[in-house]
Amino acid sequence: MRGLIFRREWITGWLLLLPALVFLFAFTHIPAVMTILNSFFSTPRGRRQAKFIGLDNYERMIGDPVFWKVLWNNLWFALGTIPVSVGLAIVMALWVNEKLLGRSFVRMAYFTPTVLPLIAVANIWLFFYTPGFGLFDQITGALFGWPATNYLGNPDTALNAIIVVTVWKEAGFFMIFYLAALQSIPITLKEAAQIEGAGRWTIFRRITFPLLMPTTLFVCINAVINSFRLVDHIFILTDGGPDNASALLLFYIYEVAFRFWETAYGATLTVALLILLCLLAISQFFIFDRKVHYK
Amino acid sequence: MTGDLQPRTGKPIQLESVTRRWGETTAVDGVSIQIPEGSFTALLGPSGCGKSTTLRMIAGLENVSEGKVLIGGEDVTGRPCSKRDLSMVFQSYALFPHLSVAENIIFGLKVRRVGRSDRDARLAKVAGLLGLSELLERKPGQLSGGQQQRVALGRAIIGEKPICLMDEPLSNLDAKLRHEMRVEIRALQKQLGFTMVYVTHDQVEAITMADQVVLLNDGRLEQAATPRDLYEKPASPFAARFVGTPPMNLFPAKAFSRLAGAPEHTLGIRPEAMHLEDGGPVTASVQALEYLGADILADCVIGGTLFQVRLPTTKPVAPGQSIDLGFETGALHVFDGQSGTRRDDLISEYGAQLRS
Repeated sequence: MRGLIFRREWITGWLLLLPALVFLFAFTHIPAVMTILNSFFSTPRGRRQAKFIGLDNYERMIGDPVFWKVLWNNLWFALGTIPVSVGLAIVMALWVNEKLLGRSFVRMAYFTPTVLPLIAVANIWLFFYTPGFGLFDQITGALFGWPATNYLGNPDTALNAIIVVTVWKEAGFFMIFYLAALQSIPITLKEAAQIEGAGRWTIFRRITFPLLMPTTLFVCINAVINSFRLVDHIFILTDGGPDNASALLLFYIYEVAFRFWETAYGATLTVALLILLCLLAISQFFIFDRKVHYK
Repeated sequence: MTGDLQPRTGKPIQLESVTRRWGETTAVDGVSIQIPEGSFTALLGPSGCGKSTTLRMIAGLENVSEGKVLIGGEDVTGRPCSKRDLSMVFQSYALFPHLSVAENIIFGLKVRRVGRSDRDARLAKVAGLLGLSELLERKPGQLSGGQQQRVALGRAIIGEKPICLMDEPLSNLDAKLRHEMRVEIRALQKQLGFTMVYVTHDQVEAITMADQVVLLNDGRLEQAATPRDLYEKPASPFAARFVGTPPMNLFPAKAFSRLAGAPEHTLGIRPEAMHLEDGGPVTASVQALEYLGADILADCVIGGTLFQVRLPTTKPVAPGQSIDLGFETGALHVFDGQSGTRRDDLISEYGAQLRS
């Protein structure tokens, strides 16, 4: 009798979990496991079945100069975008948190890049960067008399040009989080510090910034993930060129898997990206966690 | 409460017709106060009367629209709060949640770059004085309300500033703890000798702690006096009703048949100043009774005016009954019908008429 009731409850429990399980497995777990499995097989072509080839794909990856190039690009891209966009976000948030004329207009202006569709944004910047009559060339030409420059077509500047666009887009988004965090800090803390004789910089360094740490951790993890997730800007602005100078890891995965149809090698690169992201997220938590004060 | 913090002399504070406006609204309207050095002054008033704004103007956290703030004889009206040499305890305590108790207390010393050995010595003294020695490594979130209050006090006194401002510091504590802290804060102020300005809406707190009570109403100064004078000689009907529980009874003069010919002045008698007296000057009918244990609070009516009287439990009265009440002439207060000011010159005359 008891066993029967126990089994009934057990079935109800699993039935309740079933809808969530189906979606979780169909769209997250099975593809993830399949990707890892695929990375140990060869790419199936026509009538030729995929066959198990062990670590061959990984050996190929380690010997692939383009892989190392895009990884290096990605590192440079992350270092170029994350500190600058987070720093800018804090400065902008501090500024729009003050009482100033047209505050809500400024807040909206900062947030606009986040609201605009990615492709539209990339097209606007494409115009800014156009050699000869683009915005930048017109400004530098009129002010300093510089000749026309092809920022996106030059391997030395292409990645930096994309970094600028990304910072412009991300900083406003991160600002919203910092703004919310700033507004949750009671004003009396600032006043108490002022009474004790602290200046603006001391208040920021000793009070405001430490209390923003949970937000900083959240924003940094998001920034790292975003820096490895960016593909759309590259499609419009440079298409990864010239000579893979502006290709990032995810863009390379897309190229390998869906342009060259080497799905197995694409899976291998994906596994590498996953491991990288996991390591970054875990290390961030461990490094930051000791310094973060949660309420 | 032992410790060897050096007693220090406070500085006097002077407000000269200080006004604070926000657009159309006037929060504080031409208030002038003298706060002697080393004294305990309570700013008292109902919520929204401008007492916190006044305190914040002394602190320098609020701009002064008109008038002057003087500390130790110097005009500090335009000075930022960091240059006014004072400390403050906030209603919310405003402890830094990410810093330990010790770091919270020595925050100001660190900002002012006081040497490490001096800092540690002072921290030990203050922590001993406030009973915080065991809690120095904790974060404010791990402390009870009373302990947080002590940390805020510690942060205020460690700097040995001549002035300490407190903005309703006890309003977040329960009744028992509030009484303990009241005694402790008063003792601390006496021991250390700084000038204290203390904002409260609780008249009991103001009366029990302060040397001088400054009563504010609607942004204006109602009365500044010692607690005793405030209770015994209230300057206006507002002051009369704000101080004392239950509040003073106010009657229009014509409520008494014997004063029918008198001008439209207001008479005041405290509930505890009246007593049963056969053939007494006031004949009232009892409406309702409130048994308080030590005595009975009776709601009575005379000439259409409701009032309260404190009666002994030994002589029971019943609702609907008519009672005769008497009082000492000295317990009578008269306020001018037009201006509302106190009219001491009329007291003996009215007292005699009521008794006639």
